[in-house]
Amino acid sequence: MATPTIVIQREDAPLATLLIRAAHVLDPRGDLDEPRDILIRKGRIAELAAPGTLAAPDDAAVIEADGRHAFPAFVDPHVHLRTPGQEYKEDLGSGTAAAAAGGFGTVIAMPNTDPVLDDESVLRSLFEAASREANVPTGFLAAITAGLRGEGLTEMAALRDAGALGFTDDGRPVVSAGVLRKALQYQRLSGGVIALHEEDPALSGLGVMHEGAVSARLGLAGIPSLSESTMVARDAALARYEDARVHFQHLSCVESVEALAAAKAAGIRVTGEVTPHHLTLTEDLVHTLDSRFKMNPPLRSEADRRALIEALRSGVIDCVATDHAPHARHEKEVPFEQAPMGTTGLETAFPALFTELVMPGVLDLRTVVERLTAGGALYGLPVPRIAPDEAACLTLVDLDTAFEVGEHGYHSRSANCCFHGRALYGRVELTVAGGRLAFQSDVVSKQVLGIR
Amino acid sequence: MNRHLVSIEDLGRADIERILDRAESFAEVSGREIKKVPALRGRTIVNLFYEASTRTSSSFELAAKRLSADVVSIRSAGSSVDKGESLRDTVQTLSAYDPAAIVIRSPHAGAARLVAGWTEASVINAGDGKHEHPTQALLDVFTLRRRLGSIDGTNIWIVGDVLHSRVARSDIQAFRRMGATVTVCGPPTLLPRQIETLGCAATPSLDGLEAADVVYVLRMQRERMQDAYVPSLREYAERYQIGASRLRPGQLLMHPGPVNRGVELSADAIDSPQALIGEQVKSGVAVRMAVLYELLAGSPVLQAVA
Repeated sequence: MATPTIVIQREDAPLATLLIRAAHVLDPRGDLDEPRDILIRKGRIAELAAPGTLAAPDDAAVIEADGRHAFPAFVDPHVHLRTPGQEYKEDLGSGTAAAAAGGFGTVIAMPNTDPVLDDESVLRSLFEAASREANVPTGFLAAITAGLRGEGLTEMAALRDAGALGFTDDGRPVVSAGVLRKALQYQRLSGGVIALHEEDPALSGLGVMHEGAVSARLGLAGIPSLSESTMVARDAALARYEDARVHFQHLSCVESVEALAAAKAAGIRVTGEVTPHHLTLTEDLVHTLDSRFKMNPPLRSEADRRALIEALRSGVIDCVATDHAPHARHEKEVPFEQAPMGTTGLETAFPALFTELVMPGVLDLRTVVERLTAGGALYGLPVPRIAPDEAACLTLVDLDTAFEVGEHGYHSRSANCCFHGRALYGRVELTVAGGRLAFQSDVVSKQVLGIR
Repeated sequence: MNRHLVSIEDLGRADIERILDRAESFAEVSGREIKKVPALRGRTIVNLFYEASTRTSSSFELAAKRLSADVVSIRSAGSSVDKGESLRDTVQTLSAYDPAAIVIRSPHAGAARLVAGWTEASVINAGDGKHEHPTQALLDVFTLRRRLGSIDGTNIWIVGDVLHSRVARSDIQAFRRMGATVTVCGPPTLLPRQIETLGCAATPSLDGLEAADVVYVLRMQRERMQDAYVPSLREYAERYQIGASRLRPGQLLMHPGPVNRGVELSADAIDSPQALIGEQVKSGVAVRMAVLYELLAGSPVLQAVA
């Protein structure tokens, strides 16, 4: 059985040859948490040495990091790049530019496009487009069911052979337990993690926000937490019965965390992800009726937020995923109930987590970086490392200077960011992804030009 | 006070009392043979109604006319809204007429607040989804204050479909701000979870209703049966209908209209002398005159576009 781990990136940019001087390197999977010079030669890390000791080869650009932090580039296992069909919201180029600008060196795109990624031809066309447009290595999940209709299965084995990293009907739950059970059985043939958007539509109904005090006040139909958690519990039971491998996407509430913890304790092969917005924001913001705060699952209560943070710290939740969901301005500039669900997240994930959780001492930096780089391994991708002989896949971040989110616009084609206007620390200055320079800030551009 | 009235939260107790005092003097105008004052002469008021409405739209229109404003009333049916124009584009188009105020009724929560961000005009929320209906709350407080003198310490019960009621949400807050205690009562399926966080008590039982000074009954919409909120209107009426026999002497009865006779209220209750329903409607014009005056009369007349 083939186990492809395919991510595709544009190859017109040259492999980077670069000396980064005096970066504070933090690689959570190594022992490294100290200043280093980093020499990248033809897209691979050639040498790590004490700061100020490495000389620049003639063909290398030099970046003075001045103690800025270097992390393995982040991996986002959950983004919506909107290609094909909704390029007015985002496309492979703009979405991966946003990823690189947020320090992400790998992204995994969801299949709820138009047409849906539910057959090989769509996947092949996406690979072809990614080889021209993707600024960072990009992988794709295929749909579990044809057309995301929740009825017949996609040709999972063929999709997997063609390079799909796994399967999801994200945006929608697989409502029928019978259909999901068949997908889990079929996984024994196809391989590929089955990732689940957990929501019982009978319980979420026409809900547009978390059911709680704020929805009571606003008169908005609520989405109760148990709409998600009952499905997590159901599908963990199915996974146990079929000995299947499932991943729970964008978990949002304390009950889901409990269900995931119980499933893991029972030895079921499950993992979970959580978004930066569910870790840092709550339902209180919806009081403004600003559609930037409308997403699915919705922002929940403070108790939910705290449970998610604790689960991320303990490892019950395995990784951070942004659920980057761009929407055009005219789509979001309508009354809350009419607006589509989703927030962009790639450009703000690290700054939001750093500012809201690391700076106040809620989580340590090492944990945040580890969880931001763990999402690809769930789908069989290599974990990025800052170590000699590894492919260069790293990001350089300024932890000390505040910036206003959206002040100079976004790299994403859409501006529906729930952190818009906030002052955050942790601005990304440089991203090398797949051995290629994928993003450099104005600060870095000026520096490099000054030297060369 | 704010330039707009989008939520009852925008008003402090002093604001409410000032508006109601002014409404008293406008009520006097409404009793004259010539029911008109020149306060807003030359100003334009746009009524933008995206939902069917009889009493709210007619009373806003009358209020504006009695203040001598020019009024344009737009209903979604037959307008450009019907042709798919976005709310923002409609508002920008109407703003080209330099209206002093836009009165908006929308089926969607937050519509008035959004509109306030898109126009120079003062925006008045005439009902946004199930969120708020602040002028209804003001006229309810006005009606009660006229009858009782003050509503400080008054025990008010709001009975019926609280879940889908913007009137209940605005009234709970307005009544509390004016010193009343509020209990909401209805079938458990029609009481929002955590409604108590608005500062009211909540109960599925009418036990204790006899202690209320005011019984405020909400409209029960027939389509709630299809969504299984109640098994039948028959059972609803049996458990929650307020008839004359359920009212203690001296209790006041209110309803925002329109009434479903024989569902939430019996005919004998509607027609009883304890019912203030007709007075609520009458108060609507004076209170909306006061709101328009409060928001517009203080500000400079908008310059015509050259």
